[in-house]
Amino acid sequence: MISSARLRRWLLLALLWGVALLFLVPLLWMLSSSLKPTWQIFETPPRWLPNPPRWENYSEALTTLPFGRYLSNTTVITLLTIVGHLLSCTLVAYAFARLRAPGRDTLFVVMLATLMLPYPVTMTPLYVIFHRLGWINTFLPLTVPAFLGSPFYIFLLRQFFLTIPRDFEDAARIDGANTLQILAWVLVPMVAPALATVTLFTFQASWNDFLAPLIYLQRPDLYTVTLGLQFFRSTYTTNWAYLMAASLTTMLPVIAVFFAAQRYFLAGISLAGIKG
Amino acid sequence: MQHPHPGRARRREAVTFYLLISPWLVGLLTFTLIPIAVSLGISFTRWDMLSPPELVGLRNYARLLDDRLFWQSLTVTARYTLMYVPTELVGGLLLALLMNQVDARGIRLLRTLYYMPSVLSGVAFVVVWMWLFHPEAGLINAGLAQLGVQGPRWLADPHTALTALWMMSLWGLGRTAVIYLAGLRGIPRELYEAAAMDGAGAWRSFVGLTLPLLTPTIFFNLVLSVIATFQTFTSAFVATNGGPLDATLFLVLYLYRKAFQEFQMGYASALAWVLFALILAFTLLVVRSGRWWVYYEGETP
Repeated sequence: MISSARLRRWLLLALLWGVALLFLVPLLWMLSSSLKPTWQIFETPPRWLPNPPRWENYSEALTTLPFGRYLSNTTVITLLTIVGHLLSCTLVAYAFARLRAPGRDTLFVVMLATLMLPYPVTMTPLYVIFHRLGWINTFLPLTVPAFLGSPFYIFLLRQFFLTIPRDFEDAARIDGANTLQILAWVLVPMVAPALATVTLFTFQASWNDFLAPLIYLQRPDLYTVTLGLQFFRSTYTTNWAYLMAASLTTMLPVIAVFFAAQRYFLAGISLAGIKG
Repeated sequence: MQHPHPGRARRREAVTFYLLISPWLVGLLTFTLIPIAVSLGISFTRWDMLSPPELVGLRNYARLLDDRLFWQSLTVTARYTLMYVPTELVGGLLLALLMNQVDARGIRLLRTLYYMPSVLSGVAFVVVWMWLFHPEAGLINAGLAQLGVQGPRWLADPHTALTALWMMSLWGLGRTAVIYLAGLRGIPRELYEAAAMDGAGAWRSFVGLTLPLLTPTIFFNLVLSVIATFQTFTSAFVATNGGPLDATLFLVLYLYRKAFQEFQMGYASALAWVLFALILAFTLLVVRSGRWWVYYEGETP
């Protein structure tokens, strides 16, 4: 009996690891291609180990276009978006979770409804509005909206606030703290895991965003990494080694952050998913 | 909380509420409600953003009916949705069920590896797959060649381009699987033990227990993935730019072309409203149907 249960477990794990390997193949192939000299790129059958690995592909690919510039642009936009989401979503989520006011529940339903509103629906009029404001070719259309909240993260944080007992706030209130002080000193430390989730989701979405930068940033010196990579791809179509090196470089921050903080990604997934 | 003036305290609480949510209210107005109203207005005009808009009534909407490319984009989007959503829902569930058979320790790293590709969306994600799909030197066709099969030209062939984009998107299957896994782990063990005592086999307890209790998660994944497929843009723009022969001309890509390459703002706004109506209709349909098949424990939906 025991041995057949063991066997079953081993078979299952073998199957699951086989699938995992399948998921990893694109990344490994990418790494391998990024280190190949040009003549090995189109070799058939393809070799997995570049011989000798050509590390210069990275420095050459990343200096052909100003990738340093793209990386710093993306970093600025991403950081501002994160700060914006953390500030605005915390305040709004706290209000929805804790404070009573006429119209609150209706507004909450409105917020959930906007959650279903896809970006492409409003992108044309938004462009017209930002154009009027003179915001085209600035980072403002990509960062200012973050300071005005995002329905999904407000929802996520509200769910988290609701799991915290009121006792802590009541105690602080008796000690004479006001709402903002309570929020900053008592509640924010307690919802830190949820804030970490918001930070990571925002980081990932902002770093990978393509459509919005494509619309608003037309000057090459303002390009984000996704725009830079797309420009690179359309200009140097055949240099796959360089393309793989540049692609892997833009993916690396996301991969590193994901491995360092995966439990917050997964926590966010179940927090959003369980409530359905 | 005791307070000398309960009425005043309540009013103060309401004022604080509106102060705290004011950023979101401003955002709702400027970045959602006004754009929606503006968009409806523009959709009744002909406007290139240079000369003043010219009122044309419903002509933009009438033009949609005769626009071959509009119908093509609608067909492409619908076909892709019908390919992607079922495979994602079933594939993700299968993967989650397999993972759920193993103890938490055994799958910790596996779960990470499955989930990782789904955080890598964006242009780099697409570029990798363009290389994998390369007709001569790509890994996929090289692998097929070793088996003696001549692989198709994938993204360069109108018959296989959409299939290639579908295969590409399956790399993000891990996210769905992880959501399912969270749902599966939420089902109490005692229920399975009770079912086993009643003589239910593996299949019976899956159909009678797992599946009904998982319907809220299935519902969540269904809504999420359909809304996502309706918005497909980056992969089609980068990998194929809608081609070859408009085989991957998604609705949002067509909308982007009309608005930002041809500057037909009126026509693009009409397109956006059709997209909006489609997503709204679909969401309502799913939510309505949910009443029949989604099972909520102890509470009414």
